[in-house]
Amino acid sequence: MGNKQTIFTPEQLDAYQDCTFFTRKEILRLFYRYRDLAPQLVPLDYTDKPDVTLPYELIGSMPELKDNPFRQRIAEVFSEDGDGNMTLDDFLDMFSVLSEMAPRDLKAYYAFKIYDFNNDDYICKSDLEKTVNKLTRNELTPEEVRLVCEKVIYEADVDNDGKLSLEDFQHMIVRAPDFLSTFHIRI
Amino acid sequence: EKDKEDESKKEDSCSQQNRASRRKNYQREQSDGKKAGEEGRWQRERGKKAPTKDQKESENKERKTTKKGKDGENKQKTDRKNSTTSASSNSSDEESLSEEELAMLMEQVEQKKKLISTMRNKPWRMVKKLSVLREAQAFVEKFEGALGKGKGKKLYAYKMMMAKKWVKFKRDFDNFKTQCIPWEMKIKEVESHFGSSVASYFIFLRWMYGVNLVLFGLIFGLVIIPEVLMGMPYGSMPRKTVPRAEQARAMDFSVLWDFEGYIKYSALFYGYYNNQRTIGWLKYRLPMAYFMVGISVFGYSLMVVIRSMARNANESTADGDDDNFIFSWKMFTSWDYLIGNPETADNKFASITTSFKESIVDEQESNKDENIHLRRFLRVLANVLIICCLCGSGYLIYFVVKRSQTFSKMQNLGWYERNEVEIVMSLLGMFCPPLFETIAALENYHPRIGLKWQLGRIFALFLGNLYTFLLALMDDVNEKLAEEDVVKNITHWTLLGQHNSSVGNGSTATPPPLDPADVPRGPCWETTVGIEFVRLTVSDILVTYITILVGDFFRACFVRFVNYCWCWDLEAGFPSYAEFDISGNVLGLVFNQGMIWMGSFYAPGLVGINVLRLLTSMYFQCWAVMSSNVPHERVFKASKSNNFYMGLLLLILFLSLLPVAYTIMSLPPSFDCGPFSGKKRMYEVIQETIELDFPLFVAKIFSYVANPGLIIPAILLMVLAIYYLNAVAEAYQRANAELKKKMQMQREEEKNKRNNKASTNTVLQDLEDLLTPSTKSECHPKQAEDRKIESPNRTSPVRKQSKAAALDGGPMTGGRGAAFNPPPHVFLTQPPTLGVWAPYPGQPRPRGHPPGPVPGRGRGQTRY
Repeated sequence: MGNKQTIFTPEQLDAYQDCTFFTRKEILRLFYRYRDLAPQLVPLDYTDKPDVTLPYELIGSMPELKDNPFRQRIAEVFSEDGDGNMTLDDFLDMFSVLSEMAPRDLKAYYAFKIYDFNNDDYICKSDLEKTVNKLTRNELTPEEVRLVCEKVIYEADVDNDGKLSLEDFQHMIVRAPDFLSTFHIRI
Repeated sequence: EKDKEDESKKEDSCSQQNRASRRKNYQREQSDGKKAGEEGRWQRERGKKAPTKDQKESENKERKTTKKGKDGENKQKTDRKNSTTSASSNSSDEESLSEEELAMLMEQVEQKKKLISTMRNKPWRMVKKLSVLREAQAFVEKFEGALGKGKGKKLYAYKMMMAKKWVKFKRDFDNFKTQCIPWEMKIKEVESHFGSSVASYFIFLRWMYGVNLVLFGLIFGLVIIPEVLMGMPYGSMPRKTVPRAEQARAMDFSVLWDFEGYIKYSALFYGYYNNQRTIGWLKYRLPMAYFMVGISVFGYSLMVVIRSMARNANESTADGDDDNFIFSWKMFTSWDYLIGNPETADNKFASITTSFKESIVDEQESNKDENIHLRRFLRVLANVLIICCLCGSGYLIYFVVKRSQTFSKMQNLGWYERNEVEIVMSLLGMFCPPLFETIAALENYHPRIGLKWQLGRIFALFLGNLYTFLLALMDDVNEKLAEEDVVKNITHWTLLGQHNSSVGNGSTATPPPLDPADVPRGPCWETTVGIEFVRLTVSDILVTYITILVGDFFRACFVRFVNYCWCWDLEAGFPSYAEFDISGNVLGLVFNQGMIWMGSFYAPGLVGINVLRLLTSMYFQCWAVMSSNVPHERVFKASKSNNFYMGLLLLILFLSLLPVAYTIMSLPPSFDCGPFSGKKRMYEVIQETIELDFPLFVAKIFSYVANPGLIIPAILLMVLAIYYLNAVAEAYQRANAELKKKMQMQREEEKNKRNNKASTNTVLQDLEDLLTPSTKSECHPKQAEDRKIESPNRTSPVRKQSKAAALDGGPMTGGRGAAFNPPPHVFLTQPPTLGVWAPYPGQPRPRGHPPGPVPGRGRGQTRY
């Protein structure tokens, strides 16, 4: 407990612990992970809240993300500017939502945003196609992709508007057995 | 007051306006209503952002209370100013108000606290979270202080402080707890490289380690340590001494390696224990403890396995039905975000693609089945082959055990002859599973079903081996029992002879007492059984480790380094790297545990060996997986198969309980070794304890309880209870299925309705197109307008249709039109009330309105 760290003030740490699902130690570890991405950019002292933003290229190269087909979307959704460039706060936010302890609803909300490629608050057919192509690395033929998208919309679209709203998505995702176990990143 | 002012400043302008208006006219109800509306709007706005209902609710409440608090505050202010407009300002009111205000504040503080504790669940940006958190914290701090200063509010402040401390303590404790979970990082590492299915094996291993640690503590703490500390020392009596004939070689490694010599006569095995009723100054009842520990090992394991199975089942009930969202789930939940390794990612991409393709194919040709006869034939053939394999391996084991019995009577045996049984069993365990897999390729099952078959077959193989082994062991035991009778007499006569000779010589010179090493003794079948189990366990450990070393590590080395100078690509081609064999490993673990359960009664030290084994295999296998295995091609879900493994474990536990119970209940213990020597049956130790150590009535009660007349009704009662509970569970299941069906139907219905709307709209269009030329010109614009109005609305197709018919076909009545036109299923899907004018669609309008354009217009008016 008594190990001295001068990166954050105790109040900051407490606030971060209240705002994320992390313990003190994990927050510090995440900070070091963040700093390791660009040691020359990120100062070792966050008590005066420096305005540091890491570009997406660095965030996306993390081993936890670099093999994820949705890494760009994840970074975009969680970044303040929407381009994937992240401050430490965004970074903590991201891993907090993707942590094991985050509740299903929170995860579902962000998953929806991640799969909503064109940010129109609906997952429409083009979003679904993008998702399928990313998942299968364009291995499926266009007809197969179309069939899959149609099936997904048929299955999950409750209000029958041809696209998935957040409610549709949540309705579908809360029943998924693997959602909680797959939609998390350990760090 | 100032604080409150500040607080109020923070509020948005809307509420300030509200407040102003409230000050003027004190129409609290109205303003509340306004606020409710405003809040509703706000909530709707938030609806997008705050996904959970309770979050919204808490948020809502919090806002409300803030406002309520402000109400009170406003009142107070106006009271202080003695403003005459206030109707309710008198002193008594002020008293109650301040009370009320305090209560409100308290509630408010509570709300803020709740907000703080649920802050991390809000889907906000960190900046917003932080600022809201700061605000809430400041509020709580301030008003806690304010409340604390009040009369008799110290308790509250104290409570708050304690709550804070409690939160901190809980947080620290959680930190501590996560640190205490062993190998968490190791397993995480494996999981991130190999996916959750391989990690599930290691989690299972860790769970097993925990269970074994408890068993180890039980046995060591209650049996071995007391015996070592308080029992008679080594060499004090025959059962604790190596016989004279063996003494010369008792310390040789080859002898110790076979668990003979000094190890055989140590506290690790049953035979070492003395049948003294109480030992040491504690009067510790060791035989009793030995018996009870033996039972509680099973009891504890049973409880733990069933509890964890029930927990798993509870978790898996949330799974829901699989057939509703096949594609959606595949699309949105199949990517494992844990994957952080390019190879695993490649495999995952491949497996997702295949699973998509499989589902597409299933979807497209679900009822197309080519050459079913050939497939059936192949499946039958495969099963026949596998049954032959199983029988053959069972016979082989039996044969080998028989042979080892004859070997055991001969002298000068080689290493092979002595270890033949273990070698053969290990070889079978090594070669049969791949053979089964090869045969199973004939069957062409779906891989998941194929895996279950494979698991079942390996299980049967191991089970058959185990039971032939046990039967052979039983033969051995019976032989030993027969031998024992003979030895018993010899021992008796030897001791008697010793006694006689000492008497005959006269009492002047007492002869040297017979050395314990020289006393002839029985074969002690319990120790033999224990040694057999220990040997089997140790050889299993060695074979497992050597298999890993050779099959994984050396193979990986070979593939990696010889690849530079080889004709074909070794990494992609034939030998390739090994995959981690999850099912084989888990089954190995399960059967090993069965051995431990069976053997621990006769070899208390066996659990210690097993703990060591699990410990080393955790590190060794983690290393082997990380260094020399490649991720799976076909990753099966860990969550479901976990309970399957638990079920296997339960089966094994039950099966291993049987032989132990049999020996305890119906075989006589050896006469000169073990804690139960001298008794007819092992369980008599309980009767003895009850008779000697408990008051008389306990013995009486016990004898009543043990009466078959009571036990049989008890069993009957249990059976009835099981039957009843089963029936209840079935009823619940049926209700569940019914509900599911209803939900499904509702869903279909809704879809149908919408689809019908779409389709009937087109039907309507066609109808109109057809009928337009024939209709009167005056009806035309109205009708078009009508359609325009109605099409975006959620009107029933029926009514529209009927109306269209009514509109178009001049003489036709609406009722008849409705009866003609709509398809029958539309009646079902019709919500009962929609418009004022047509309470039930598809029927002639009851009010007797004339058919024609008028009702249509009227309806349009009522709707808008």
